[in-house]
Amino acid sequence: MTQAAPVTELIQERLTPFPRDHFLAAGDLNPPAALALLDLADAFVDFNRQSAKGVDLMRGQTVVNLFFENSTRTSSSFEIAAKRLGADVVTMPVASSSVKKGETLIDTAVTLNAMKPEILVVRHASSGAVDLLSQKVGCAVVNAGDGRHEHPTQALLDLLSIRRAFGDVGGLTVAICGDIAHSRVARSNVALLQMMGARVRLIGPPTLVPGDADRWGCEVFHDMKEGLAGCDVVMMLRLQLERMAGALIPSTREYFRFWGLDREKLAWAAPNAKVMHPGPMNRGVEIDSDVADDLSVSLIQDQVEMGVAARMAVLAALAHRRAGGAA
Amino acid sequence: MTAAQPIAPKALAIVNARLLDPASDYDGPGAVLIANGRIVEVIHGQATQRPEGVQIIDAEGRCLAPGLIDIRVKTGEPGNEPKETLKSASLSAAAGGVTTIVVQPDTDPAIDDPAMIDHIQRRGAALDLVHVRAAGAATQARDGERMAEIGLMHEAGALYFTDGDRVIRNTRTLQRVMSYAASFNALIACRPTEPWLSEGAVATSGELATRLGLSGAPAIAERIQLERDLALVEQTGARFLIDQISTEGALETLARARARGLEVAASASINHLCFNEIDIGDYRTFYRLDPPLRAESDRQALVEAVRDGLIDVITSAHCPEPAENKRRPFAEAQPGAVGLETLLPAALTLHHEYGVDLLDVLRPMTQGPAALLGLEAGELSQGAPADLVLFDAGAPVVIDAATLRSKSKNSPFDGRRLQGKVLLTVVSGRIVHDAR
Repeated sequence: MTQAAPVTELIQERLTPFPRDHFLAAGDLNPPAALALLDLADAFVDFNRQSAKGVDLMRGQTVVNLFFENSTRTSSSFEIAAKRLGADVVTMPVASSSVKKGETLIDTAVTLNAMKPEILVVRHASSGAVDLLSQKVGCAVVNAGDGRHEHPTQALLDLLSIRRAFGDVGGLTVAICGDIAHSRVARSNVALLQMMGARVRLIGPPTLVPGDADRWGCEVFHDMKEGLAGCDVVMMLRLQLERMAGALIPSTREYFRFWGLDREKLAWAAPNAKVMHPGPMNRGVEIDSDVADDLSVSLIQDQVEMGVAARMAVLAALAHRRAGGAA
Repeated sequence: MTAAQPIAPKALAIVNARLLDPASDYDGPGAVLIANGRIVEVIHGQATQRPEGVQIIDAEGRCLAPGLIDIRVKTGEPGNEPKETLKSASLSAAAGGVTTIVVQPDTDPAIDDPAMIDHIQRRGAALDLVHVRAAGAATQARDGERMAEIGLMHEAGALYFTDGDRVIRNTRTLQRVMSYAASFNALIACRPTEPWLSEGAVATSGELATRLGLSGAPAIAERIQLERDLALVEQTGARFLIDQISTEGALETLARARARGLEVAASASINHLCFNEIDIGDYRTFYRLDPPLRAESDRQALVEAVRDGLIDVITSAHCPEPAENKRRPFAEAQPGAVGLETLLPAALTLHHEYGVDLLDVLRPMTQGPAALLGLEAGELSQGAPADLVLFDAGAPVVIDAATLRSKSKNSPFDGRRLQGKVLLTVVSGRIVHDAR
């Protein structure tokens, strides 16, 4: 085990308590809290780039990763984040455990609660499940994605990636494209981006954009050319093929023709536009490899890196709140 | 003389009451004299003298109405007794002023043959609390494909035929069911829910469902299916009940059908008259209902439909679900709510908050269902069965789900303040609940 590096002055300075007991939705933040988290995450980005990446901000504390739905990427990101903060981490892929044997979500929560973790990181296939769980436990709960409802840490890491690329988020025009209807990433991002002053557009075929999305305060487009015009950020969403029941789009090749991002469509956006994707990507379906792999426009790898830093910031801030600490 | 001679219930007089009889449109002071399980005399106006030799109950000006008839009650019996037994449902009904319950066929096994109808009625009668009747399944095992023994069940006492919450998707099957039932003058009830638009839905499509990330079915799914069902009614001449209408669009369809002379009845659940989709906002599974809670404009349209008589029947849509089926994420929780005990105070909100006339509130729970199902009940008249409810329409109550008599406590009214308290329930001249 590598020795913990001393907490830098910058991290110490930026560490403020999380504004709520849990982080369940983007709306749990307010602009100052989001800014504080972004600043802290920024400090962690630099910290993570050095060779000794461990600090002992959460030493002796336990973080349980409770994933009722498989996700290697998010689960690993949280696991690394918690470990770098010095916490003991247990990752439980509950999708294949006792829950299958009839134990209810609440039973699982109560059992885990009795083991006295400090933070539960939860992903669940049902909207609202993480919220329900948070009411039954005594520890802090972080929503790592619930159904099609919210994925707030993804929105935070997206915000961090955008801010690092552009310096500021306010005033930017961000287009979120694709399967808006089934996307928790879209819901969290719309809320957080708007909170931070960005203009948000939603682009996708009518079958994949909720009919009332115009009431979210976003502009809705079904045509990529119109929707992308002048956009600073093009955020592509994963086409959740497994949730479409085969009937929401005629075929993936038709989808790519009209809504898949390639060089030609990207040219409709602002000259220095950046491309994002929460991953994992369906190459050739919602995004062309040519665009995805071009580091001069793509922030996709940055997003993965920022994911760890943003989650470290959230975990550290929640732990700080639990410790009742002042900054 | 044998040892056990049945003893006729003692004669009973309820005096000094405010009689509310939707059947005769009477709302005024009066008294009711009961003997041998029937109403012997109804006196309108202030009685000058009290009858002698009978038990006298002084109503002290409280409301006396025909006992409520609830035509949509789910029990767990047979097959799922931990949810609800006929006994716990009957106790719950008695406490709610409901004197007749009609058990839904979606039990396990389904009530789809005459022996099952007979079984439910016998079990209910043996309890000797409220009248327990049954609806038969329209198709065998409620499979939506093979027609059930509608004629035999009708003969055995089934009051109507329905596959309950399951929609008969196969239009040809429904056409045959309607056409066959018409020959027995049997009533068919269907939920107007277009199955494909509603597949997997747990809420009404709209801004709230989208924000909460819940699968929604559009309100129009109800109207579309209703149009299909009404077209078949027109073609087959069946007697038809639209079960649980819940949207403004479907009410307009119903009004148009009535205007062109189609005789169809419609029921609405008390939940859809009292709550709207906003109530699911905190993912509270007690508000997970089927059909899902609708927009406020739909709820208001339903209230108006009760006021102007478009709704024939208000039901409790009593659907017991134990805690383990409700303490789940919203989309995974079982839909449904218990309602027998809260039906009357909940319905009285239509009077207190929206000024619906008391007789118009009570009609769809008394005379309306009685007329629809051909029951000798639902009125305060000489010779009618003495099924009565005495209640204080203005008394404040706070609903506490934990104290409900149902075995399941899934009440969306838990913690709500309502006005209206059931004081006395009389079934066939016998007091089965007394909370005075």
